[in-house]
Amino acid sequence: MGYPNPTVVQVNCGIINAMGLPNPGIAEYASEISFTKTVITVPLIVSVYGYSAEEYAEVAKTAAKAGADAVELNVSCPHVKETGSEIGQNPKLLTQVVREVKAATSKPVIVKLSPNVTDIVELARAATKAGADALTAVNTVRAIAIDAETALPVLSNTRGGLSGPAIKPIALRAVYDIYEQVDTSIFGCGGITTWQDAVEFLLAGASAVQIGTAIATRNPTVFKAVNRGVTAYLKKKKFRSVKEIVGQAHRS
Amino acid sequence: MRTTHIESVKTENPTTKTYTFTDKQCAKAKPGQFLMLWIPTIDEIPLSIMNTEDNTVSVTVKALGDATRHLHQMKKSDIVGVRGPFGNSFTETNGKVLLVGGGTGTAPLLYLAKQLAVTTKRLSFIMGAKTRKELLFLNQLEPLCTEPPTSTTEDGTYGLKCLATQPLEQLLAEKGKTKIDVVYACGPERMIREVFNLTEKYHVHMEASLERLMRCGIGLCGSCVIGKYRVCKDGPVFNSAQLREVKDELGISKLGFDGNRIPV
Repeated sequence: MGYPNPTVVQVNCGIINAMGLPNPGIAEYASEISFTKTVITVPLIVSVYGYSAEEYAEVAKTAAKAGADAVELNVSCPHVKETGSEIGQNPKLLTQVVREVKAATSKPVIVKLSPNVTDIVELARAATKAGADALTAVNTVRAIAIDAETALPVLSNTRGGLSGPAIKPIALRAVYDIYEQVDTSIFGCGGITTWQDAVEFLLAGASAVQIGTAIATRNPTVFKAVNRGVTAYLKKKKFRSVKEIVGQAHRS
Repeated sequence: MRTTHIESVKTENPTTKTYTFTDKQCAKAKPGQFLMLWIPTIDEIPLSIMNTEDNTVSVTVKALGDATRHLHQMKKSDIVGVRGPFGNSFTETNGKVLLVGGGTGTAPLLYLAKQLAVTTKRLSFIMGAKTRKELLFLNQLEPLCTEPPTSTTEDGTYGLKCLATQPLEQLLAEKGKTKIDVVYACGPERMIREVFNLTEKYHVHMEASLERLMRCGIGLCGSCVIGKYRVCKDGPVFNSAQLREVKDELGISKLGFDGNRIPV
């Protein structure tokens, strides 16, 4: 399922990727999920992708059965052939997928939203109404890299998704908008590299954050560093829990 | 992605060529590090760095798959893309060392030997290849070593008719003043596994440069994992302690193009 290289290109303040979701499929991943559950003490959320509502439900069901504590529906991957960004851009399709998955599993269902839409709140509302237990905002922003010397697009898939610090303000705005208008829990995601970034997302309305690109630009230790920084911030500001600062930026 | 023009192409043997191009960042690479080379419209592949000089960097490539065959068609002044240098490097030492190179795995070891020749008391080299024509860099290695390099070929057309690991055992068995302190290896993974087994048997420390399918090269995508390590970021050079941790996979299995587990 993966694309040939180049699948990743480093640009100013971020990276553009078009991996094409290279993975052996849920049948093989099920054993990896079961094994992972035996070695970790934190909840395991499995990212789920499918080419139809039925397929999403099937994959989610298998993942939950294998031990996933929750599933996150990737309805927004902007670079997968055929479906492209369609499900995450279409409130009707999104509703159908979420309903189907909710019927297939009792585990929490999270929907990862695409920023490549006119009004992300509309999609957030549709997903929530269909039964999504939480939302993730946002997936990568559609992008392209062109090399001047060869006059060619660099990625083998031509277009890809931009992640990293370049998209942080966009993601932050998405979280802020959704928090303001939809009653749900939000995972903030997009360019988080430092504890300050994480705090900003919490203040905008996220209850938790996700980190991806910073694994490359920093290290896997970035998670510990961000956690430590957030804890110190809460202590300094005399908050007892992260919960107390979620959405704080909306008070004015 | 930085693009640059191929400055020179040198034919090393009928299947292998060395490409040199200007790239200031990769010219600072240490032995063991690698770069990602973009062959426009075809592919982007990881390649060990074989040499650096002033602002240039060289890689040695055997024509094996689609990407490397296309690269072999490319000539001086053609355009390639470069990312890197990536990964860690071999640890330098001043003791008695033995380098074991299999096929094009000799390329990064030649670069390493140039540095080690300055500091080490003993520098031995075993170079293994399928056949005489595929032996690499013997003329360049000879003046760097403190004893004549040992060559092995599988078909016996040059040097010893055996695998590179056979003379290795004899050298590792040496005791006293000449005892080897560190073994550095690069080549086919089954050879590396055998080198690892022998160094464990004789209690000699080793470092090996591993190869895996690589996509991002920056520790994100997970295509190149072995055990808990990412070859592109935590490697490509791993020491004895780390190799022990991944011995269930070393020389046995790896992840394929779709993330499925396949034999090495």
